[in-house]
Amino acid sequence: MITGILFFDVMAVLVISTSIGMLVSRNAVYSALFLVLNFASVAVLYVTLGAPFIAMAQVTVYAGAIMILFLFVIMLLGAERLEGESTIRGQRLFGGLLAVILLGELTWMAVFQSGLSPAALTMPASDFAGPTQIGLTLFNTYLLPFEVTSFILLVAIIGAIILTKTDNIGKRIIRPGKD
Amino acid sequence: MPTVNDFLLILPEVVLLIWALLILLIDLWIPDTKKYYTAVLSAAGLVISAGCAFALLGRTGSAFSNMVVLDGFSSVLSILFLLSGLAAVALAYDYLKRNAAQRGEYYTLLLFSIAGMMLMASANDLIMVFLSLELLSIPLYILAGFFRPRLASEEAALKYFLLGAFSSAILLFGIAWIYGSTGHTDFPGIVASIDGGRANYLLLLIGAGLLLVGFGFKIGVFPFHMWVPDTYQGSPSSIGAFMTVATKAAGFAALLRVFLVLFPAEAPIMAGILWGLSAASMIFGNTVAIAQMNMKRLLAYSSIANAGYILMAFVPYGNPVIAQEAVSSALFYLLAYALTSFGAWAVMIALEPAESDGLLLQDFSGLGRKYPWLGAALLISMLSFIGVPLTMGFWGKFYLFKTAVDGSQIPLVLIGLLTSLVSAYYYLRIVMFAYFKPGEPQIQPGRWASVVAVICAAGIFVLSFIPTPVFQFAAQMIMGMK
Repeated sequence: MITGILFFDVMAVLVISTSIGMLVSRNAVYSALFLVLNFASVAVLYVTLGAPFIAMAQVTVYAGAIMILFLFVIMLLGAERLEGESTIRGQRLFGGLLAVILLGELTWMAVFQSGLSPAALTMPASDFAGPTQIGLTLFNTYLLPFEVTSFILLVAIIGAIILTKTDNIGKRIIRPGKD
Repeated sequence: MPTVNDFLLILPEVVLLIWALLILLIDLWIPDTKKYYTAVLSAAGLVISAGCAFALLGRTGSAFSNMVVLDGFSSVLSILFLLSGLAAVALAYDYLKRNAAQRGEYYTLLLFSIAGMMLMASANDLIMVFLSLELLSIPLYILAGFFRPRLASEEAALKYFLLGAFSSAILLFGIAWIYGSTGHTDFPGIVASIDGGRANYLLLLIGAGLLLVGFGFKIGVFPFHMWVPDTYQGSPSSIGAFMTVATKAAGFAALLRVFLVLFPAEAPIMAGILWGLSAASMIFGNTVAIAQMNMKRLLAYSSIANAGYILMAFVPYGNPVIAQEAVSSALFYLLAYALTSFGAWAVMIALEPAESDGLLLQDFSGLGRKYPWLGAALLISMLSFIGVPLTMGFWGKFYLFKTAVDGSQIPLVLIGLLTSLVSAYYYLRIVMFAYFKPGEPQIQPGRWASVVAVICAAGIFVLSFIPTPVFQFAAQMIMGMK
């Protein structure tokens, strides 16, 4: 029990410190890397809570694909360095205010609604939301939405190619003398 | 467990999607100079899919664990979408060649979009509503920008994409509220939850409102119309024609089904909102259209007004008897509107030179004398838009107004009649240019646009002699809905 709580505490500190690191870092690449670390430590928390599928999805989708895309964009744009202080006036004050409100809400929920007793939380069955069940649901009940999604992605790929490829169609349309 | 039966019930969609994939592949081996093969192939796919849809006509059932239902409503609309697709292929055939934009992807994307529309008409789960909306919208965003790097086309695509993404997000947000209220996304589950009194009424109402906004963007009613004129003007004309008809019909399909099935209890509140949307669209669309000298923009504003007319019949949807009548008159009007709108667009595409942003009204001068067939098609389309007897437009408006009167929406009917009178001014002005002003319009090479125009005009005229059977057919088809 104690080791479990100790492990959770370490992970919690890691999650919070990496998110703070992401926020205060003035270099966008560092921020992105902090966010990767943050996603990875949240994934570890998911594993300890008995949700391996969500943990794997977190690692592959968020920490993997999306953050790599982020890094690519940051480096391609050459926007690593943020200049000076934030330019939106009152942003810090407003953000701090929102954070205090959120913290108050969470405390209220934790103390008054659930009474701070872990017994109030019922653990779902051990195979709940496991890879097997998600797979079965996805390919039985949600087969059609799954297939339609794949077509949407295909269309998006075709669109990206058409709208970025310039060699073919553009040259024939733009004729000299026309602007 | 999905079985072959599930696939058979959505056979038209399956055929169309597989056909689109095949065309995407085959198109690689078709040289740039012979892209008309792709057009012919895609037309064949549409015809085969329409054949499947005809074969399924009258059948009912649900497939894929209630994700989609097959009923008369979805069958009729599927056939309408497929025929619109055929018209869009025919209109594009010469038009793309003229604009040196012959790319096979045009047809593939068109087919994907039509499949999305067909799924949307038969969606029985909010997840399917959202996904089919995306499947129909994303190809249209791309097709709107098909004439890249022309600035107008890029602008059309970007505006449509941004506002479309925005409206999709709102729709999705509404779905989340409904899920939060009822714990279900499938229609039977939501209905059971509402009937069982387990649903949170306020959350449901917010969800319904957000869904209405999302659909409002797709059907382009005031005040969600901002993208309509620029997108219709900048897109390739064949896509503009397709969007005015098919996208609107798909939006209405989802709107009608979702509101009839899920929110009959919210009708008293929703009726007020629908009333406002309908009245504002009719007034705004018809008055702003007066100021338009560009045919594409004029047709765009006319499409906003027409969306208002269709919504009019749907205002008293809380009454089950009126609701049945409203859906049949909406289907009837969509058919009439499809013929009329394609007729008008086809005449314009037949005359539209390469690299134009749409003809000005003056460009129609002398059309009636030089090309009597095309002039007649334009005349019939315009009369049908106004709602003059001996056209389908007349009967379409007749049934819509009748439904609204039956639902005791007299003020709305009066607005509809008055705005129809106003619309006569700008529709007849086009006819005036075509028949009473001297001019030398030049038909562009290729005859497919003219063929579409004449077929649509003939349809408007001939079907207007048998409106009752057509209306009865629509009424009979939607009997099994729900």
